[in-house]
Amino acid sequence: MFEANSDKGSLQVRDVSKFFGTFCAVNGVDLEIQRGEFLTLLGPSGSGKTTLLMMIAGFLDITSGDIALDGTSISGVPAEKRNFGMVFQGYALFPHMTVRDNIGYALSVRKRPEAEIREKVDEMLDLVQLVDFADRKPGQLSGGQQQRVALARALCFEPPVLLLDEPLGALDKKLRVEVQDQLKDIHKRVGTTFIYVTHDQEEALSMSDRIVIMRDGAIEQVGTPYELYEKPANEFAAGFLGKSNFLQRADGVYALRPEKIDIRASGTGEGEPRLSGTIQSITYFGSMQRIMFLTNGGEELEVDIDSWRNRDPLEEGQSADLYWDKGAAVKLEG
Amino acid sequence: MSALRRHIHPGWALVAPFLLLVAALYLGPILNILWLSVTDPEPGLGNYQKLFESDSLLRIFWTTIRICLITTVGSVFLGYSIAYAMVHCHEKQKSYMLTLLLVSFWISILVRTFSWLMLLGHRGLVNNALEGMGVIAEPIAFMRNELGVLIGMIHYMIPYAVLPLLVNMQSLDMRVMNASRNLGATGSQTFWRIYLPLTTPGIVASSLLIFILSLGFYVTPAVLGGGKVLMIAEYISVQLLVTLKWGTAAMLAGLMLFGVLAMLYIMSRFMKLSTVFGGSS
Ligand SMILES: Nc1ncnc2c1ncn2[C@@H]1O[C@H](COP(=O)(O)OP(=O)(O)OP(=O)(O)O)[C@@H](O)[C@H]1O
Ligand SMILES: [Mg+2]
Repeated sequence: MFEANSDKGSLQVRDVSKFFGTFCAVNGVDLEIQRGEFLTLLGPSGSGKTTLLMMIAGFLDITSGDIALDGTSISGVPAEKRNFGMVFQGYALFPHMTVRDNIGYALSVRKRPEAEIREKVDEMLDLVQLVDFADRKPGQLSGGQQQRVALARALCFEPPVLLLDEPLGALDKKLRVEVQDQLKDIHKRVGTTFIYVTHDQEEALSMSDRIVIMRDGAIEQVGTPYELYEKPANEFAAGFLGKSNFLQRADGVYALRPEKIDIRASGTGEGEPRLSGTIQSITYFGSMQRIMFLTNGGEELEVDIDSWRNRDPLEEGQSADLYWDKGAAVKLEG
Repeated sequence: MSALRRHIHPGWALVAPFLLLVAALYLGPILNILWLSVTDPEPGLGNYQKLFESDSLLRIFWTTIRICLITTVGSVFLGYSIAYAMVHCHEKQKSYMLTLLLVSFWISILVRTFSWLMLLGHRGLVNNALEGMGVIAEPIAFMRNELGVLIGMIHYMIPYAVLPLLVNMQSLDMRVMNASRNLGATGSQTFWRIYLPLTTPGIVASSLLIFILSLGFYVTPAVLGGGKVLMIAEYISVQLLVTLKWGTAAMLAGLMLFGVLAMLYIMSRFMKLSTVFGGSS
């Protein structure tokens, strides 16, 4: 089966900046990417994700800083010599070539023997489950199939690093989840370093080994999905990855996830309530309900509760108490 | 009835009179010409027979086709380079280039033809300068021969070549070219294997356009060919105005018409192809 060069593929991004004229699109980014890692760049539109990826791929010059592969600087190496696979947003398949020729392109421009190309392409077709579509043109494929062709094409020459720029952006929700699973599966099997760009937080949480949260060209926080969700470093990270309530306290700001709060009708809970107040509104989402809560101190909080737990239903306008476990509220830096 | 009415947009009713007028004014004379070709000077296919009998007619035919082909190749080649440069240079330079292109589009063909005479004629600027510098003893014969005709025609046709190619190239997704580079292809590999195939619809479209336009060229061959290069359009005019053989002229005009229609048919097939190419990335 497919074997990536297992000794290759760690990437060092050192203090990289990119200016377009006087506009700073990427600002002093420092990153150590382990070989075989699934690293996701997550951030709102315009936060510099694509720009950073394009600099890693070699399509954009870096203004300052350095990028190195396995410790060797590649800043001066042109894109076609870097040997990085890339899956473009919108796939960028070659519309005039068959699926087979698309996938074999990287080997064919390297003038590898016909037989070797055939064998390798067959292997890739098998990997992405497109054996029956080898002789079609990209225009005759569905979005998800095109996406898999793009993936196979980028993996075919066994690159040490694979760059993916919102590869699932064009797919509908259901297909997205399906392809996400396939992508994770393929990542496990080939062991290539994946650098993945998305602005879908669920996608980032479910797929990544580590997530980089970016804003305005700079890194806000790096960590595993668990770390980022449970211990956000600042308001931006807490608000961007999932939802969060922010509690202003004498010693600083605390982030509190809506689903970590327990809500009880006034006086029915056990122990001392953390906060008391009234229910402003309840929105029903099927499996869960979102309650807007106004404390007696005038703070607005969002509380998510599982629908099945709201057995004797709370009502709008009712007064209620809030409880949460010790440590559920995370103190933010700064 | 109402089903039928639903398929015909009421807007047609507004333009119908003018459409009919145009059709009558175009189709009438064309049919008249076709009619002439089989009736003048006597009924029958005698005019068409001449095609196979008259050496001079055949020669004119081949001259025309040869010149048109070379013009097509030359102007599409140059037009391709210009369009490529326009698509890939900075926005500001691009608008300069487009302006220059359109200016030459707007200048009358007569002016453009005669300026070539000034520039490259026997006593033109270039010959004078070269002679003055002592590079050549005799003026170089740029004009009053086939070379002159080709220079003039290619120059005139370049804007026609550039525009369809420009549209084609602008519609290309540059990420596809980036993908090719990313997969390790050199610049020239990317050009031959990706860029050129993707711009083929533009090449076909501009080639056919130029070939068809060249067939009817009259002023440029007449002026720059100096009477030595006889193309079909000029020959037709001689038949009409000098020798008064209207039947022969009508026959040639008819043949050209059918040739052009045939090529337009081919072109329409390729234009459809182009949407297939463009819409499937
Ligand atoms: N060629 C360029 N010239 C000038 N500014 C640019 C250029 N490319 C990108 N930018 C700017 O740099 C910033 C970052 O752009 P980038 O494409 O990296 O964002 P992104 O994080 O990928 O956003 P999205 O999620 O919308 O794709 C944006 O403000 C953008 O306008
Ligand atoms: Mg982007």
